Amino acid sequence: MNVPALEVRDLKITYPARRGRGPARAVDGVNLRVEQGEIVALIGESGCGKSTLARALVGLVKPTSGQVLYQGTPLNYSAKALKKYRRHTQLVLQDPGGALNPRQNVFDAVAEGPRLHGLTDRLNETVRTSLTRAGLRPPEEFTARFPHEMSGGQQQRVVIAGALALDPSVIVADEPVASLDASVRGEILKLILSLRDDLGLSALVVSHDLGLAWNIADRVAVMYLGRIVEMGTVEEVLLRPRHPYTRALLSVLPDSAKDWRPTLLAGEPPDPTAIPSGCRFHPRCGNWAALSGPDREAAGCDRRDLPILSGDPSALTLTACHLVPGEHV
Amino acid sequence: MSMLEVRDLRVTYRQGDRAVPAVRGVNFTLDRGQTIGIAGESGSGKSTMALSLLRLLAPTAEVTGEVLFDSENLLTSTWSKLRAVRWAEASVVFQGAMSALNPVRTIGDQLCEPILLHDKVGAKEARRRAAELLDSVGVPSRRLGGYPHEFSGGQRQRIMIAMALACRPNLIIADEPTTALDVMVQAQILQLLGDLVRDSGIGVIMISHDLSVLSHMCERLAVMYAGEIVEIGPSSQLIDDPRHPYTRALSRAFPTIGDPDSRRAPSGLAGDPPRAADLGESCAFAPRCSDVTPDCRTRTMELWPSGPGRLAACLRVLAEEGGPS
Amino acid sequence: MTVEEGRLSPPRLNAARRFVRSYLERPAGLAGLGVLAAFGLLALCAPLFIGDAQLNVIKVTGPQLAGPSGSYLLGTDQAGRSIIDLVIWGSRESLSIGIIATVLTVLLGTTVGLLAGHYEGWVGKGLMHVTDWFIALPSLPLAISLAAVLGRGAASITIAIAVTSWTATARLVRAQTLAVEARPFVDRARALGAGNTQIMLRHVLPNVTPLVLVSSTLTVASAILSEATLTFLGLGDPTSVTWGSMLQSAFSDGAVTAGAWWYLLPPGIAILIVVLGFTLTGRAVEHVLNPRMVGRS
Repeated sequence: MNVPALEVRDLKITYPARRGRGPARAVDGVNLRVEQGEIVALIGESGCGKSTLARALVGLVKPTSGQVLYQGTPLNYSAKALKKYRRHTQLVLQDPGGALNPRQNVFDAVAEGPRLHGLTDRLNETVRTSLTRAGLRPPEEFTARFPHEMSGGQQQRVVIAGALALDPSVIVADEPVASLDASVRGEILKLILSLRDDLGLSALVVSHDLGLAWNIADRVAVMYLGRIVEMGTVEEVLLRPRHPYTRALLSVLPDSAKDWRPTLLAGEPPDPTAIPSGCRFHPRCGNWAALSGPDREAAGCDRRDLPILSGDPSALTLTACHLVPGEHV
Repeated sequence: MSMLEVRDLRVTYRQGDRAVPAVRGVNFTLDRGQTIGIAGESGSGKSTMALSLLRLLAPTAEVTGEVLFDSENLLTSTWSKLRAVRWAEASVVFQGAMSALNPVRTIGDQLCEPILLHDKVGAKEARRRAAELLDSVGVPSRRLGGYPHEFSGGQRQRIMIAMALACRPNLIIADEPTTALDVMVQAQILQLLGDLVRDSGIGVIMISHDLSVLSHMCERLAVMYAGEIVEIGPSSQLIDDPRHPYTRALSRAFPTIGDPDSRRAPSGLAGDPPRAADLGESCAFAPRCSDVTPDCRTRTMELWPSGPGRLAACLRVLAEEGGPS
Repeated sequence: MTVEEGRLSPPRLNAARRFVRSYLERPAGLAGLGVLAAFGLLALCAPLFIGDAQLNVIKVTGPQLAGPSGSYLLGTDQAGRSIIDLVIWGSRESLSIGIIATVLTVLLGTTVGLLAGHYEGWVGKGLMHVTDWFIALPSLPLAISLAAVLGRGAASITIAIAVTSWTATARLVRAQTLAVEARPFVDRARALGAGNTQIMLRHVLPNVTPLVLVSSTLTVASAILSEATLTFLGLGDPTSVTWGSMLQSAFSDGAVTAGAWWYLLPPGIAILIVVLGFTLTGRAVEHVLNPRMVGRS
């Protein structure tokens, strides 16, 4: 069996209680695997814990319990081991303008990783190759620029070039295109796709945008309130969604089709400091609301806890729902 | 006579001794009950254009042309007339609901303010109307005494819409009303706006970078690039059969899930938007266009008819439609 | 190939040249720098033309408390010394106390602020407590007691100024550090493998420095004022000439009642001009160092 590039097992991250609220269970039991050379999209609304999960994957947040494994080895949180790990896994953030130090020019921003790890022998060549790979050609034209002298798309390419400079094997991208213009979005996604195709990189891309998963991912995981509620291949999950939350997310995409009939979920995005009992989606679930009397009693969505999805990448699809028969693992 | 008629609207920002054109000659009309969407990327001038209609721009912006609102040119009208038009006849839903609401005053006070100001009613009546408004946008009216930070992002945007509706305007300008909201909340807000418009016959100008959001909300679409409208027409036609290459690129930017062409094939547009200083009379899109002809770089662009009720500023369209050349 | 690689990495020299070029475009900054250079030069060269003969009350020959005239451009003091010589000589100690006190303030304040902002937990909290104690200390009584312990003179005044003013810098730097660390590029650096020291030195410090530079020009100004105040109150070395001591002796010698404006005004105006010079320079440096402000007016 292949060793996954990146894996999390039973990951839980709880932030301490603040201002009279309970502790926030941002990530509340997640199994997820990114295979070698695979692009996995992690989809969810704000506050579902997807960014916290991404930060845990690169070792920026220490899990409360559970494990992050790189090439089958659990992450060691000593400063030295983390630093070594960070050569292999790179983070790309949402807002490229903020992710670049305004006082560093492009050369220094890209050279930062190699310098931190003492890989300065062929620094010029590394920077040049990274910039070229990230689509900033010719590199000479960009090295002396400062972040504010570039467009958002170019800034994001610099961030990606900085990640590539360490020759990583995994990229974790948190909303890499959310703050970019529509036309630039596709260009950056093409770049991420080409990094996988040409360099064999694995990637976990975190986003709120299901279209992004359709554009670049091999597998997709849908996250709700700290848990993954459905995961599987992109075709299976997006074309034949089983979980009511995935269905709702797909239905609200404003389509050019005339008969836009969104399944609107009542209420606001849920609160990780007050997770409902049983199935955490049941207060907003249309299927549960439609049940009555004995059926409702039998389903028990409001009392029976759901098991954590195994994250098995070979399964076509996995769904955490009491009402989807026989599929929850 | 249309409710709103915009003629050759131009906005130029003064930066020291430099003049930076942001809007370069925009024309369109809007009738009561009609909806028009303005699409474009950041820097295309879409927000500047919309805000200039009510003279909401900073004094460094120089606005020329005509904005005829019920036959009154708002660009030259007196301040008192303009103030009367703002809120009472035309109001704005801003992008960042948190920054557009005053954090130290209750929602109720802020909702009552325009009503008291324009409708000359008593405090009690204003309060009643505010409660009604809040209910109509789906926020419980018992929360009139709440402060902005006590509401979620989606609720704040609803409150912004309620404020825009406070004086029963004939025109609403919505500037990226759903940007920065989650998809689920975005759908809720869009549905709310859609219902309000259908029921009340208000004219709407909606600005967004997302064509699919606009196409679903608006009857007509105008696509802006580098300060100009490059294509305008009925939204369904613009989406299904875009004639201008920029519209085509925008409509492909967000894929339709299930469309095999876009699976593992994101579509983008190479290159960067032009700098305002480099713009001339020829096609501003030519440097990024995959279908460019030598003429594109020299000929003056206009909006040429590209079908029934449609215009596009593209030489290819002009050639195909057999217009005067 | 090597030529091209050389071009790829922008040499540091270029950055310095760019700094100078954009500084030269700021007339106010040039004026400030000019003023400071003139004062600095005068202070450095003063021993060449001012000596014991001009400063020693026993050796001077001029008329007492005389108004401006051809031979004494700004008049004379009670002892018959030329005011203009005194102002020039006084700049030596006033400037050096101001600058040394500022360097101490900035070093101490930046270090404490940076550490307190970067390390949450007990290190940061402890440092902020210490800072709060020092803020609570009243500066004047502290300076007086320090002078009593260390003896009157330039050293105790310098230390007194540094001890009472570093807290402002520390708080400023801490606030800015917190703001900078909340920005995503610090996360990015951490994810690239940067440790605490690297984050503080490479990312936080460069983003804090311009602010510190600007505030330090104001610190110099206020240190010079404090020096004048403390000396005026009699805490300085009575034998040395500073702008503060000139004001003090003008006051105690009855220049006010005698209407000897030429005795009071010059040290006051000198303080004003130097403070202004530092402020203008600080503003200009801020504009030049902040890449976002380049090209803006």
